[in-house]
Amino acid sequence: MVENRPWLTFFTHAVLVIGVIIVVFPVYVALIASTHGPFAMGSGRMPLLPGDQLWNNVVEVLTETRRGAAPFWLMAWNSLWMAVIITAGKIVISILSAFAIVYFRFPGRVLAFWIIFITLMLPVEVRIIPTFAVVANLGLLNSYLGLTIPLIASATATFLFRQFFMTVPDELMEAARVDGAGPMKFFRDILLPLSRTNIAALCVILFIFGWMQYLWPMLVTTDPNYYTLMMGVKRMAAVQDADPQWNIIMAAVVMAMLPPVLIVIFMQRLFVKGLVETEK
Amino acid sequence: MASIDIKGVRKVYPGNVKAIHALDLSIEDGEMVVLVGPSGCGKSTLLRMIAGLETITDGTISIGSDVVNRKEPAERDIAMVFQNYALYPHMSVRQNLEYGLKNRGTPRDEIDRRVTEAARILEITPFLERKPRQLSGGQRQRVAMGRAIVRQPKAFLFDEPLSNLDAKLRGQMRIEIRRLQRNLKTTSVYVTHDQLEAMTLADRLVVMNGGRIEQVGKPIDLYDRPASLFVAGFIGSPPMNLIPVEQLRALAGAAMPVLPEGTDILGIRPDGIMVGGSGGIPLSGVVELIEPVGGESHLYVRVEGIDQVLILVLQGRAEVAETERVDFVLPVAALHGFNRESGKRVE
Repeated sequence: MVENRPWLTFFTHAVLVIGVIIVVFPVYVALIASTHGPFAMGSGRMPLLPGDQLWNNVVEVLTETRRGAAPFWLMAWNSLWMAVIITAGKIVISILSAFAIVYFRFPGRVLAFWIIFITLMLPVEVRIIPTFAVVANLGLLNSYLGLTIPLIASATATFLFRQFFMTVPDELMEAARVDGAGPMKFFRDILLPLSRTNIAALCVILFIFGWMQYLWPMLVTTDPNYYTLMMGVKRMAAVQDADPQWNIIMAAVVMAMLPPVLIVIFMQRLFVKGLVETEK
Repeated sequence: MASIDIKGVRKVYPGNVKAIHALDLSIEDGEMVVLVGPSGCGKSTLLRMIAGLETITDGTISIGSDVVNRKEPAERDIAMVFQNYALYPHMSVRQNLEYGLKNRGTPRDEIDRRVTEAARILEITPFLERKPRQLSGGQRQRVAMGRAIVRQPKAFLFDEPLSNLDAKLRGQMRIEIRRLQRNLKTTSVYVTHDQLEAMTLADRLVVMNGGRIEQVGKPIDLYDRPASLFVAGFIGSPPMNLIPVEQLRALAGAAMPVLPEGTDILGIRPDGIMVGGSGGIPLSGVVELIEPVGGESHLYVRVEGIDQVLILVLQGRAEVAETERVDFVLPVAALHGFNRESGKRVE
C-alpha cells in the first residue's frame, strides 16, 4: 500500500512514540534510581539524570542481605533454577505429548487433546487453591519440585507443537518408516531437528515466563532458602518503621531484568525465525 | 529382487468403505508393473499395502517367498519414491541417501560405495552436500530415486513420482526411470493416473477402477483389445469413440456387418477411422473443430443422423476446414464390440 498523507504519518508516529514513552519511562526511572545514593529519592524529588552510585549499589545488593529476604545470589540462583526447570520441563513434556497426539492412533486420542486444550482456559491463578492443596499434600512446599511442577503442565506449548507437527508432510514419516526408523528414531532424527526453531522460540518465551513467576513462589515457599528474585525484590520494599531503600531495590530490579534481556538479545534471530518461518 | 504375489487382498476402511475388492495380481521378478486408473480407484491404496503403510484387511501379499502382511515397511526390503519426494529437509543430499542404510547398520565403506555409485548413475554428485531446498524439482526427484537405489531393495514402489514436475521434465524423467529400471532389473510397481506414462513405462499394465482390476496385460494389448468399456475409454488419447449399435444400424443399413450376440456398443479408435476410402460403415458429418497437434490433426465431427461427435485422427495436416462436410468410413476390422449391460468386450 503506497500512501502519501503526511498528517496520517505524523499521527501514527506520534501514537507510537507516546506508547514507547509509556512503556519505557518506568524502566528508565528504575535504571536512574539504581545509580543514585540513598538520599536522592528520599528527598521527594526524583532525579531523572544518572548519578554515580551504581557500582556501590550493586556491591551492596550482592553483599548485604535485606531483612526478610535472602541473599541476592541465592535468590537469583533459585529464580534461574525455576526458569530453567520450567522451560526444559514444559518443552520436553509438550513436544512428547504433541508427538503422541499427532502421530499415534490410540483410544481416547481426541479426548486427550481436548483435555489438554481445555486447561488453556484455566491458568494457574484460577486453580491456585486446589493446586496449592495438591502440592502441600505431596509435601512439596519449600522445594524446587513444588516451585516448578505445577507450572510445567502446559497446553500452550503442546498446542504449538501439535500445529507444527500437522504441517510436516505425512510422507516424511512414511519415508522414515520405509528407511527403517522406528517412532522414537523418527522423532529424534527428523522431527526434533525440524522443530529446532520452534523450540528456540519457546525457550525464550518460557524462560521469561518462569523467571517472572511471582504469585506461585510466594505461596509455596516460606523458607528464605527457596525465595526467588521476584518475591525478594518485593520483600526488600516492604520494610517496617523505615523508608524503603529505593536505590538498592532498583539496583536489584535492574539486575533481575538482565537475564531475560540477555536471553532475548542472544536468541533473537532464532526466536523470530521460529515465530515467522516454517522450514520446508 | 523378488516377485510380488497378491492373493485375494481386500481393503476396508472404517465405516465399511471398501477401497479394494478381493484382488489377485502376480508381479514377476524384474518386471515393471504400472497401476493406472482414475483417482479413488484404489491404485495408491494397493501400492501402500505392498509397502506396508496400510494394513491389509484380508488376503495375503508376499514379496519373494515371504508373506509380509504383518511386517513393518522396513522389514519388507522395499524402497518407495513419493510424489512430493519426502526428502528430509534438514539433511544434506548425502545424508538423505545414507539414512536408510545407516538404520540398517550397513558398514561405512559399503555406504560410501553405494552412495557414490547412485550419485554417479543419477548425476547428482555435484549436489551431494546441498540441502534439498537448494535443489530444483527435477534434482529433488533424482535424489528421491537415489534414496531408493542405494538401498538395493527387492522392489521399487513409485507413487506418482512425476506428477509434481513440469511436462518437459516429466518426459525426461520418464525415460530415465525406464532406463534405470531396465539396467537394475529391480521389480517395480509404479502408480500413475497419466495413461501416457502408464503406456510407455509398463512391461505390464494394470488398469484399475473402483477397487477392482479391469484388465492386466501388455500396454499395446490393452490398447488393441480393451476388455471393457472402461479400459477402452481410459487407455488411448484421444479416447476411443463409442457409438450405440442401434443408431449405427439405422444409419448404415445394408453396410452394417453381422455382429456377435450381445453387442450393443461399438468402439473405434480415432486413428482407425478412414476419411474417404471404402470397405466399412460409411458415415458423413460436419467438422466442428480441428486441433492441429503438429504431426497429426484431431477432427471433431458431428455425425449426420445421430447426434454424436466422433474424434478422428488424421496423419499430417487436415485437408478439410471447420464447418465443412466430410465423408469417412469405419473399417469393420477396426471395430470393438461391447455389451452395455456388463461393460465387457464381446468377441
